[in-house]
Amino acid sequence: MSTVEERVKKIVCEQLGVKESEVQNTSSFVEDLGADSLDTVELVMALEEEFETEIPDEEAEKLASVQDAIDYIVAHT
Amino acid sequence: MSLEGKVALVTGASRGIGREIAKVLAERGALVVGTATSEAGAEGITDALSSMGGYGIVMNVSDAASIDAGIKSITEKSGAPVILVNNAGITRDNLLMRMKEDDWDDVINTNLSSIFRTSKAVMRGMAKARWGRIINISSVVAGMGNPGQVNYCAAKAGVEGMTRSLAKEMANRGITVNSVAPGFIDTDMTKKLDDSQRDAMMSVIPAGRLGEPEEVAAVVAFLASQEAAYVTGETINVNGGMFMG
Repeated sequence: MSTVEERVKKIVCEQLGVKESEVQNTSSFVEDLGADSLDTVELVMALEEEFETEIPDEEAEKLASVQDAIDYIVAHT
Repeated sequence: MSLEGKVALVTGASRGIGREIAKVLAERGALVVGTATSEAGAEGITDALSSMGGYGIVMNVSDAASIDAGIKSITEKSGAPVILVNNAGITRDNLLMRMKEDDWDDVINTNLSSIFRTSKAVMRGMAKARWGRIINISSVVAGMGNPGQVNYCAAKAGVEGMTRSLAKEMANRGITVNSVAPGFIDTDMTKKLDDSQRDAMMSVIPAGRLGEPEEVAAVVAFLASQEAAYVTGETINVNGGMFMG
C-alpha cells in the first residue's frame, strides 16, 4: 500500500502533467508546477476521488502546495 | 455526426422543441435522458425514447437538490452525461408596470439560474471525460427585446452571456458551450396566439413561415457533434431571418 505522500504525488503528476522528479513536498501547484485555476479545481476533484473524501471549497482554496494537500488528507481521512 | 456512446441530458423534453431535440440526439446514437416536471411527462418521454435506449425522469430545474439527485441517478444507471441541452423554460408575460416580483423571480430562476445549476452538476463528468457539449436554448428576443417580456428577455440575454463566459472557462478541456436562439417556432407556445397576433408575427419573418421544431433540433445536433468541436461561446440564430444581431 502506497503512503498518502506517494498517492498525492502520483495524482499531482497525472493532473498537472509533470514528472515525478519535479514534484517536491514544497512545490507550489501554481508557481512551481504551472497549474492554472481550473487545474487546481480538477486536482482537488481527483484528490477527493482518490481518498474518498469531500474537501469543502473554503479548505480547497488553502491547498497551495503538495505538502498542504498531504497534511489535509492525513488530518481528514 | 454520430453521437454513439454519449449520454445526453435534455431538460424540458416532454414537448415542443425539447421533445424534438431529444428525438434527434437519440436518432444520432446518443443515450438520451429527458426531463419533465411531472410523472406523466417523464413517462411520455420514456415512451418516445425507449426504443432507442433513452428514458424520461422527473426533475425540477429550479431546485438544486432535484438536479443533483437526477444527475446522480443518471450517472449510476447510464454514465455521466457529456451532452447537456438546457431547454426547459417558462414564460410569465406582462408589462413591467404590471409584472409581479414573483413573475420576475420565477422566470429568472427557471430560465437562467437553472442553467447555472445543471451546468455545474454535469461539469465534473465532462472535465474528467475531457469532452463535453453544453447547448443552451435562448430566444430571438434575447437580442431583439420584446414588450411584455422583460423577465424572459433578461433571462435569455443572461443565458447568452453565461454561454460566452463558461465557453472560455472550459475550452481547454474539450468542452464547448453554445446557445441556439430560435425565432417563432410552431409549438404549443405559438399555437396559443390568435390570428391577428399570428399575422403580425408573419410580417416580420422574411422566410414567411414559422420554424419547425426539427429545424432547431438539427442545429443542436450539429453543436453536439464532434464536428463542432471548434465552435464555442457562439449563439446561433434559427429564426427565418427575422433578426441577425
